[in-house]
Amino acid sequence: MFIKRRNFLQIGSLATTTLLLPKFLKAFEQPSWVSPGNKVLVVLQLSGGNDGLNTVIPIRNDIYYKLRPKLGITKDKALSLTDETGLNPALSAFKGLYDEGNLSILNNVGYPNPDRSHFRSMDIWQSASNSNEYLNTGWLGRYLDAQCKGCDKPTQALEIDDILSMALKGEQAKAIAMKDPKRLFNTANEKFFKDIIAGHKDEAGEQPVDYLYKTMAETLSSADYIFQQSKLKPSKIIYPSTELGKSFQTISSLIQSNINTKVYYVSLGSFDTHVAQEFQQKRLFTDMNNAIEAFVKDLKEANRFNDVLLTTFSEFGRRVAQNASGGTDHGTANNMFFIGGGLKQKGVLNAMPDLSNLNEGDIKHSVDFKDVYATILKNWLGADDKKILNKSSTYLSFV
Amino acid sequence: MGESNQLKNQHLLWRAGFGPMAEDFLQVITATSSSYIAALFKASSKIPDSIDVADNSIKGLVMGIEEVGMQQKQQLSSEKRKKIREQSRDDIKSLNLAWLHQMINSPQQLREKVALFWHGHFASRNLNILYQQQLLDIIRKHALGNFGELLTEVSKSAAMINFLNNNQNKKNHPNENFAREVMELFTLGRGNYSENDIKEAARAFTGWGATVGGQFVFRKQQHDAGYKTVLGKSGNLQGEDVLQILLEQKQTAVFIVRKVYKFFVNEQVDDEKVSRLAERFFQSNYDIAALFKDIFNSDWFYDSKNIGSKIKSPVELIVGIQRAIPMQLENPEAQLLLQRLLGQLLFYPPNVAGWPGGKNWIDSSSLMLRMRIPNLIYSNDDFNIKPKDDDDQMMGMQEKKNIAKNKQGLKLIAAKIDWELYLKKYDGVPREKLLQTIAGKILQTKAGVQEETMNRFLDASSRESFIKTATIQLMSTPEYQLC
Repeated sequence: MFIKRRNFLQIGSLATTTLLLPKFLKAFEQPSWVSPGNKVLVVLQLSGGNDGLNTVIPIRNDIYYKLRPKLGITKDKALSLTDETGLNPALSAFKGLYDEGNLSILNNVGYPNPDRSHFRSMDIWQSASNSNEYLNTGWLGRYLDAQCKGCDKPTQALEIDDILSMALKGEQAKAIAMKDPKRLFNTANEKFFKDIIAGHKDEAGEQPVDYLYKTMAETLSSADYIFQQSKLKPSKIIYPSTELGKSFQTISSLIQSNINTKVYYVSLGSFDTHVAQEFQQKRLFTDMNNAIEAFVKDLKEANRFNDVLLTTFSEFGRRVAQNASGGTDHGTANNMFFIGGGLKQKGVLNAMPDLSNLNEGDIKHSVDFKDVYATILKNWLGADDKKILNKSSTYLSFV
Repeated sequence: MGESNQLKNQHLLWRAGFGPMAEDFLQVITATSSSYIAALFKASSKIPDSIDVADNSIKGLVMGIEEVGMQQKQQLSSEKRKKIREQSRDDIKSLNLAWLHQMINSPQQLREKVALFWHGHFASRNLNILYQQQLLDIIRKHALGNFGELLTEVSKSAAMINFLNNNQNKKNHPNENFAREVMELFTLGRGNYSENDIKEAARAFTGWGATVGGQFVFRKQQHDAGYKTVLGKSGNLQGEDVLQILLEQKQTAVFIVRKVYKFFVNEQVDDEKVSRLAERFFQSNYDIAALFKDIFNSDWFYDSKNIGSKIKSPVELIVGIQRAIPMQLENPEAQLLLQRLLGQLLFYPPNVAGWPGGKNWIDSSSLMLRMRIPNLIYSNDDFNIKPKDDDDQMMGMQEKKNIAKNKQGLKLIAAKIDWELYLKKYDGVPREKLLQTIAGKILQTKAGVQEETMNRFLDASSRESFIKTATIQLMSTPEYQLC
């Protein structure tokens, strides 16, 4: 409420001088920030199907070691969390977060009738559909639709990527995708684009051509705006010089700026470890661990860690048994991490997978991922989850 | 308000094909609409040759397996399986490019365009090149034929049988995937059948399978020969009977025509026109060519609200540019990268529902990339955009080479444009009318170009440079995204 009112006043006072500018350009003249205390969501997508069992390890489970004679991570190598749970050795920062109460783990997250195609299962996770249902919008895109009726800036959600994921596409509103604010559409033709926008006469506003001009104007304005904002608070923390490290650095500097972004989305992959899993997962986890370690340190120093919820997910977990190539094949239910200074329920949130009760070699899900979304939407983002997910959910209590 | 002959003819060429070729530029002004329509159908009347790009190693292997029996398949070493998968993946790329080539160059514009529609309608993600090219062949051959025959052949194709799990649909263990999708997505649409209809239909399709080589087989011992009721019709129904029952529902004609209308006429559906077209489509026993004749010969097809109102799909955009400006691509694979970046990679539909289309094509990044393509082609601008990983395609392997950063370096598309042919088309046009004339050929929107703004960005040092830069900049506008 407070933010909205403030916006209104800022724009209202300027309105007289800017009557000739289209509404969507006007909005960029004054900032409306997500001020301290307001909550931000960061989603890290682990693409390719991360092996959850070698992420959060059941260190006292004989079935695990029996089915994974080569790939199983032994108790002495795992970073111990509880008597029966350990973390992948590459996730030392996660262990630190766990110890200080800023990490929780949710096991056995999935959905009924799981699909083993990467693309389809990712579609299901991103759109929050049932497995026999096809949606063209994502859960965060529909969050934008619901929140952004008459929203003055299209920068409410940002994906750090060249291509926008379906998760962030709504019916009306769509997030902005950009890898590097500095070179966002910084093409030789930028002046041309800006000039034809200025010359375009938006007649009814309903024609496809008006929609295209509006998208283009919003993109260019957002690009400028994001770039300006990203320069405001340059981070003093050293991030790993990987792509993911840079992405988290960008996210952190934007969180600390005056930008109005509520949702950030970034991906890491490929976790599709059919062969030589140990090496591949270690490489990716090291990257993830170091980037998140720097990110958390940065946010803590800026006093914003309590306002941020970082969550990870993957389109599916992997089969319990190892395969013959030192890897694992596509499975079903998986675990999710939640990281932040504002967690209400910490540590390992529910029982580890029951490996004695598998469905044709796969872990049975006990938590529907849509309930996780509903919890985040309602309890963290303060949104109407029923409208966004088109169903009633069972809320969890991690936030 | 009457639209000019040129605009109408170009409208037809964009909707019933992939836009005018440079060669067509003069003809579109003079030809009458009716003669143009007749010529379009005539050009597409012949059944086209199959596109066959599958490597002999795959064909040989499959033939070997078919002869020796299925056991052989199990015995293939993992090394060999991997090689086959890689070969198949490469061959699907070739299939993509070979079909694009047809879209750009074939005089059978209508057939290829309608085939593209069916490619989205009968969407199948499948990594087997033999199945993919067989399905494409069915679709191209029946594109303008009889919908019932098309539906039957697609349903019996190995691509669909595998994609929708009918190989696993057995007596006492039915798999309902195909039965559900054939009703929901291929014929009736949601809300026009019951869950029980799906259950019963799935029983009828038990026993439908495909061999390794892609031949349809009816496995009698797996078929549930019992009594079934689907949509009120009862008997010891077989799969073919269910398809027939679906075709007997007028709703099937309505569902198909509605989708055709959205694809070929306007995203905003006119229900009254759809119902009239559907009635005739149904009466004609699903004659697809007759349906399209009905549409293209209607006055309302050329109404101003239908012209320049459709957002081009990525494939329409990529093909359309290459038809308007004749060119050779030294790195044709760049077209695959563009398809991926823009969200429409042929043979990899997002799911069985196909590409949603319309405004779904457009977001901040895809729109800006679309408007950069003409300059990427013209000046070989640098290009530094990475597609998302596709784990279904990569199968856990790194991509062999990142085509965005191959040895041609940043000259991604490396096009050789035949400007001479293109420039000739503007001979005799007075200098002061050049921009309007070019815009009239390039754009389907009527708002008129912003001449003053445009002129600031054009190279007027010579007539040739002016035509070239005007063409490229006009293609770099939001208006060019529409047809």
